[in-house]
This record gives sequence, C-alpha cells and structure tokens, in this order.
Amino acid sequence: MTGTADTAGQESRVMDFSDDEVIIGLEIHCQLDTLTKLFCGCSTDYRDDGPNTHVCPICLGLPGSLPRVNRKAIEYALRVAKALNCTIVEESEFARKNYFYPDLNKGFQITQYDRPLAVKGYLDIEGDDGEKRVRITRVHVEEDPGRLVHKGGADRAKYTLVDYNRAGIPLIEIVTEPDIRSPKEARKFLNKLRATLEYLGVFDSEKEGSLRVDANISIQPRGWFDREGKGKADRGRAEVKNISSYKGVEKALTFEVTRQKNALRRGQRLGTETRHFVETRGVTTSSRSKEMEQEYRYFPEPDLRPLRVCTWADEIVLPELPDARRARFITQYGCSPIHARTLTGDLRVAEFYEQVAGIDPVFVATWVADTLLGELNYRDMSINRVSPDWFRELIVLVHKGNVTDKGGIEVLRSLLDQIRESGSCETPGVCVGRLGLRVLERTAETMSEDDPVVKAAREVIAEQPQAVADFAAGKKEAFNFLVGKVMKKTRGRAKPADVNQVLLAILGKEG
Amino acid sequence: MATLTFTRDDRYNAFITMLDNAETGPGKLSGIGIAIKDNISTRGIQTTCASRILEGYLPPYDAHVVTLVKKAGAGIVGKTNMDEFGMGTTTENSAFGPTKNPADTSRVPGGSSGGSAAAVASGMVRMALGTDTGGSIRCPAAFCGIVGHKPTYGRVSRYGLVAYANSLEQIGPMARTVSDISLLMEVLTGYDPRDSTSVNCPYAHIPDPDIRGLKIGVPEEYFGEGVDPRVASVVWDGISLLERKGADIITCRMPSMAYALAAYYVTCTSEASSNLARFDGVRYGPPADTRQTWHESFQERRRDGFGTEVKRRIMLGTFALSSGYYGKYYAKAQAARQQVRNDFLRLFREVDVIAGPTMPTVAFRIGEKTDPLSMYLSDILTVPANLAGIPAISVPCGTSEGLPVGLQIMGPHFRDERVIDVAYAFEQGVSR
Ligand SMILES: [Zn+2]
Repeated sequence: MTGTADTAGQESRVMDFSDDEVIIGLEIHCQLDTLTKLFCGCSTDYRDDGPNTHVCPICLGLPGSLPRVNRKAIEYALRVAKALNCTIVEESEFARKNYFYPDLNKGFQITQYDRPLAVKGYLDIEGDDGEKRVRITRVHVEEDPGRLVHKGGADRAKYTLVDYNRAGIPLIEIVTEPDIRSPKEARKFLNKLRATLEYLGVFDSEKEGSLRVDANISIQPRGWFDREGKGKADRGRAEVKNISSYKGVEKALTFEVTRQKNALRRGQRLGTETRHFVETRGVTTSSRSKEMEQEYRYFPEPDLRPLRVCTWADEIVLPELPDARRARFITQYGCSPIHARTLTGDLRVAEFYEQVAGIDPVFVATWVADTLLGELNYRDMSINRVSPDWFRELIVLVHKGNVTDKGGIEVLRSLLDQIRESGSCETPGVCVGRLGLRVLERTAETMSEDDPVVKAAREVIAEQPQAVADFAAGKKEAFNFLVGKVMKKTRGRAKPADVNQVLLAILGKEG
Repeated sequence: MATLTFTRDDRYNAFITMLDNAETGPGKLSGIGIAIKDNISTRGIQTTCASRILEGYLPPYDAHVVTLVKKAGAGIVGKTNMDEFGMGTTTENSAFGPTKNPADTSRVPGGSSGGSAAAVASGMVRMALGTDTGGSIRCPAAFCGIVGHKPTYGRVSRYGLVAYANSLEQIGPMARTVSDISLLMEVLTGYDPRDSTSVNCPYAHIPDPDIRGLKIGVPEEYFGEGVDPRVASVVWDGISLLERKGADIITCRMPSMAYALAAYYVTCTSEASSNLARFDGVRYGPPADTRQTWHESFQERRRDGFGTEVKRRIMLGTFALSSGYYGKYYAKAQAARQQVRNDFLRLFREVDVIAGPTMPTVAFRIGEKTDPLSMYLSDILTVPANLAGIPAISVPCGTSEGLPVGLQIMGPHFRDERVIDVAYAFEQGVSR
C-alpha cells in the first residue's frame, strides 16, 4: 500500500502505510448488579415499572438530601479490581464532576477523579497473536445519570421527558492502556471482561444498557506507540463515544480503521476528535457539538468521607475465574483446549455444561460447545432459555444410540424453534416420536420382511439395478451408494452397521 | 397532643412562611413553639432558602433536625427569613425583603440566620434553628442580643439542610438563654446514618457555671485591625468578668487568621457553585418554556431566579474550581484551612477555650454595606471556627452605641459542653 502524494503539492512526499498498527484503548462502563442504588435505598430493578417510580429525595437530588455509600457496590467494584490484578489504594475518594444536563439531577455527577479505588492491573486475553496482556489503568465507581426520553425521536420531538429511575445506579468504570491492536482484539477483551464480571457475580449482561464503551483509536507507524507513549498521537486519534453493545464495538472500530486509513492515504491530517457510533448504519460520525475542552471542575465530594478500601479488599475472596475454570475443564473433564475455552467464556454456558457433563464429559462438550451454541447463535437466543433437564434427556437418547447424531440435531432445532415461538417445548422423547426419528432397532439377525431395514434394503436393491450390477462387478463405490440410499429411505434412523450387514446379506445371497 | 396558635404579627419580617398553629406533643420541648430557618427542609411546608428559584417548593420530607424537634414535642411556628441560600451577613439578600433588627429597626439583624434571630429576640418564639456556614448563627445572635451556638461539625445531622457549603456548615440552636441552647442541643445532636459526616456524639449535659481554673485563650488577632475599639472594649470587659469568676486569661496568637477569610470564601463559593447547579428549571420553580432550547431555558431560569450575591458567589466558585486555577485557589484554600485547624489544635493544647468578639462591629444600618468585600471582611472572626469544624457560641455581653455586642467562645472538637458552660457562667455572671 502506497499513499498518494500530498495533494497540496508544496511537498510531495510518498507515505508508506504498509507497516502501520492500530492502537486502541477502551473505557468501559458497566452497571454493577446491586439490589439498591449507589447512594440511596431505591431498588435497581425498574425494568417493568413506569418512569420515575424508583426514586427518592437522594437519587432525585432534592435540596438537602445527602448521599450514603452502598457498601455492596464498593465491594463489587473491589472484587472486579482484584480480579483484574489491580493495586487497591489505601484511601479512595469520591469527587464531583460538574456539568449541566437535564438528566443530571444535581447538576453534578458523583464519580471518582484523582483517587480511584484501584489502579495498575491487567487482564490476559487471547489476542491476535496468541495469549496477550492488556493493562488496566484504573477502576472506579460512579453514579449513572437519569435517562432522557424524546417522544417521537430526538430530532422531531417537541419536548423531552426525563426518567430518573436509572439515576444513581452504580457503574464501574474500567480504563485500559492503549494495548489493544485490532477491533477483533477489542471484542475479545470485552468478552473476557464480561465473562470475568459475570463469574464475579457483579454484572448482568442481559440488562438493558448494562454496558457502554468509549474507544480511543488511532493508526500509527508500527512501534511508534511503544517508543513515544500515550498522549503523543502524531497522526491524531478519534474517541468513539457511547457504544452500547459488544458487536457494536468491533463494528465501530472496524469502520474507524478503514476511515482513518483512507484519510491518511489521501494525505489528510486527522486531529483529535470525538465521534459517535450510529449503530443502525454501522458508521461513526463526527460529534455535532463544537470541539471544546470540557471543563468539569472536579473537586472532592464534601458530603462523603474518604473510603479506607485497602482494609475491605483484604476480606474479599474471589470465586473461580474463567482461566481457572478453563484449566479445570481440561483436567477434570478431558475437554479439548478449544472446547474448554468456549465453554468457560460465558458463565451460564459453563454452568450449563457442568450440569449435564456427567453423561459423558467429552461427548457433551462437543454437543454444547459446537452444536448447541451454534444453534443458539443462529437463532440469537440465550442459553438461559434452554433447560438442562430436557437437554440432558436429548443427549442421553443420542448417547445411547436411540437417536442418531443427525436425528439429535433435528430434534434440538425443533425444540429451540418451539421455545423461540411459544416459550416452551415438548420433551425430546415426544419430539423424537413425532418426527419418527427413533433409531430402527433390529432385534435379531432376522431377515424378516417386517424388519424396516430389510424392507428398505430390498426396495433400494429393486430400484437400483445398475448399482447392484456394479457391486457385483466389484465396484466398492457402488456399495457405499446403496448404503446411502438405504439411509435416506430410513430417514437416518437406521444404524450404519445394520445397513451394511443387511445389504451384504441380501446381495451376497442373491449375488 | 395540644395545639399552639400563633399571631401573624411579623413586624420585623422575620418569617417567610408563618403557620397559624402547630401540633405539639410530650417531650423535652413540649409545648414550645420553634422557628426553623428556611433552608431546612420541612415536609409540605414551603422551603425557599429566600430564593425566587425555589419559590413554591414543598419538600416531600423532613430534615433530620425537624423530625427530632417534632419528636421532642415542639410545634413549628414557621420558616424564617435569611440571606438567599445563606449567602450574606445582613439578611438583606432575601427575595422576600430584609428582616429588621428588633433592637433597632433601622439596623440589620445580621445574617444569614437573621429571621431566626429576630424571631427569638422579639419574643415571637422561644427558640429557633439557624445554620452557620461562616458565622450565620453567631453573627445575628450577636447583632440581635441573643445566644447562638454553632456545634462541632458532624454533631448535628445536615440531612435536609439545603446545602450552601457542605464542608463548613452546621445547623444549630438560637435562644435567649444558654439553658435553652443546651436544651435544644440535647434534642438536635446524635448520629444520623443518612449524613455520612455525622458523628455519634450525643449531647447530654446540664450547664455548669463553675469555671475556676479554666484557661481562656485570647488571640491578639481577635482584637486587631478592623475591630471597632468600642466593641473590643465591651468584649474585654466580658472577658474580665470570666477572669473574676476564676478563669485564667492567656493572650495568644493565631497567625493563620491572615489566610482564614480567603480560604473561607474560596471554599464556600466553590462548594456553592456545585450545590446550586441543580436549580436548572427542570425540577423546581414554574414550568420551563419548552419553546426554548435547553441551554436558553436554564440560563434564563438561573439569571432571573438567583439574586445578585448568589450569582456573584457562583461565578467566584466556578472560577476557583476551573482547571488552571484549581491549584491556585481551591487547593491552596484547603492548605490554608489545614493551617487554621493546626493553629486551633496547637492553642487547645495550652488553653481550654478561646474567647473574643463575635463580630468586629455592632449591627450595620440597613443598606449601609454596599461593597461586597467590606461585607465579607465582617466575617473574619467567625469563619475560623467553620474552617476548623470546632464549636463556637455567641453570648450577649453588653452594648456599644446602645446596640448588642456578642462574646464568642470557641472550644476543641466535640467540647460543645465546655463552650456552653463558659457561656453559661458568663450569662450567670452578668445577670447577678
Ligand atoms: Zn433513591
């Protein structure tokens, strides 16, 4: 790839972009899954309730109300900090971030500034070139503002309504160093982070708005970043704000890579700019608001005392985390490393697997990691909707040979479709019966015409004289062709060994 | 249960809201009518902070102290006038007009709890709640000739107090006698889990006038430049009375006084600029004009809703917190504040209490102070106690030009009892 000459013409330098690298740093906001809000006793479970029903003087920011720290939220955040291998500070402090916005009940957000809960950690992920370490700059907690509702869409609405149910929901902010080198790595980092948060029991990824990402992205000559370091982006960079889904992050960053590469190739200078990701169109657009240095006037929150968090942190015992569980799946169940990674990448999948693994761990691993997850992904369904009980029943049928692998997949698809449509499904046994997928059991070595395999074999032989003749002439492929025809006639219900045996018996006798 | 009925004769404009009657019950304050400063939230009773921007605001909850006085059997008479959001020294900065000093109606009652002081001094109520951010209880107590106490920071819950400068202010009692101050302290103090700065240190004390052997420090700076010599002389007479009652008088120095006022004004305006940001027209006041954009609407609301002094302090605080100035102002103010604290800690290793004038002058004439800076200067003797968070009381100690003068007594953290004892001894000494 060679860039075109500078269009301005004063200086015609040829730029070489073949050895560039993508530099990405992420700032992730996650909702901590506490029962009550960060500074008051209001319930965080407002999903099914009307606007402004989960509010009180504190989270409405009424004059005279005072915040009180929810210890659980701090404990959750400390769990995260510990799992991310961070240094927990001795004393942490809340600060006010001052700005005006209608969803901001107090005219300031209580967050953390120069004294966050934890600093300097890391998370190991499966990077583009194998195992890689992404450094964590800091972890802090803050309150979520409310939510604006533009009736009829942001552009056309005559007025805007404010819902403070979300105001005061505890958020954790995790900031990474710019160690990520591709959009795919960014997605892998987020997947690993999400898995870690869920293993810690502090995060529910299925809640609406539970995750928001700001991504810093720039393209620099390879090695430049390691030499020059943060904050010296000579080619400019973009901050893509408020990406609200995992898939969105990879999409937005991929778009940015292409956009920035094209701009550089055309010889354009990229300044530092804030961009927004338009999820529906898969593009980022320059922020409409004028590029200006935001002035937040941070200062320590006078209504809250500093928290001596290092002493709390000592009491926190971490549960088994994804890496440890992956290692255990390999040793305890004999899973392949790839299956172990897939199965432990999501807490619910790992727990689901362990509930059904007993039948035959390796066999079940294939069924869950390859078959079930594939079918769920195709239908955009969560594993939460699959009951381990009926799945176990299905696996037992397949494992015992009552249903072939192929038949089992057919049953699984039918059951998942039923759940998607009506929320429930028949039992695998009923489904097998309805679809006629039970394997044709040959009770004895009989050649009775009542035996369905024998019957099907005789029919095929009658229908395929040419293949029969070829077989007689010694052509091996002809036999395989006939086996396939019998299997098809029995709709996959016959065992291949039975078909072989029956076909040979008939052809041998007649030949 | 009994019902108190009130007359609405408010000739000093002490009240913003007056009630016709109040329920009283059994308890330490049974049957006593009490006035509440209008920056303390009262459920269902308009709470304006003397600002247009909060006109009509009915809090859906009671401040912790309001719950406490009600539980103690007191009846709430009404909400008293004040300088808007507590920003002032005269109670002239009120959207509801100035309060007059009952001792001389051509004079201001002091501020910002001027309404509470006037209501007590005129006999409309026996006691009142004020708030003290930089002297707002002690100044009007001194100007009106009553007793006012600023408790140790953390001793009285701030839950429900509409914040002006959170790290400095305390709710406290105002009354005509030290005994009533002590009685009200028993009711107001104690731990409130809703206020994270609250300290579990209840006050259960009967004032004791025996001060023999007590060491009273008198800082030179409290009688320095700007203090009216006539006021100084009255206060020295008062200190001599304490000496006659057996206390040792020790003159001392407080060099940090040089920075106290600046540290105070940077801190309180910074905090205020943030605290008052919530008044943006979305939740309080008349409905917003939806034809305007959000920015136009909230700018207009704040321009019209806040008074001049409030806007001045918001701008000062906004400036002090701006990046590039934070280190020069806010951070420096905190360092100076620490010096004030250290000065007090040092002095309290040598003396038991510190005494001096509450205010450098007697009450100003209404309209006299037009220059904000000279107004700020009059807070010089009261702000050190707020910066350090220590208890301080003002007790009447005579008159100058026929106007009341206050004697201020400050003590170590959580020694409100000692401060009240000295004030009590003084009060007993004067009345004998
Ligand atoms: Zn709440």
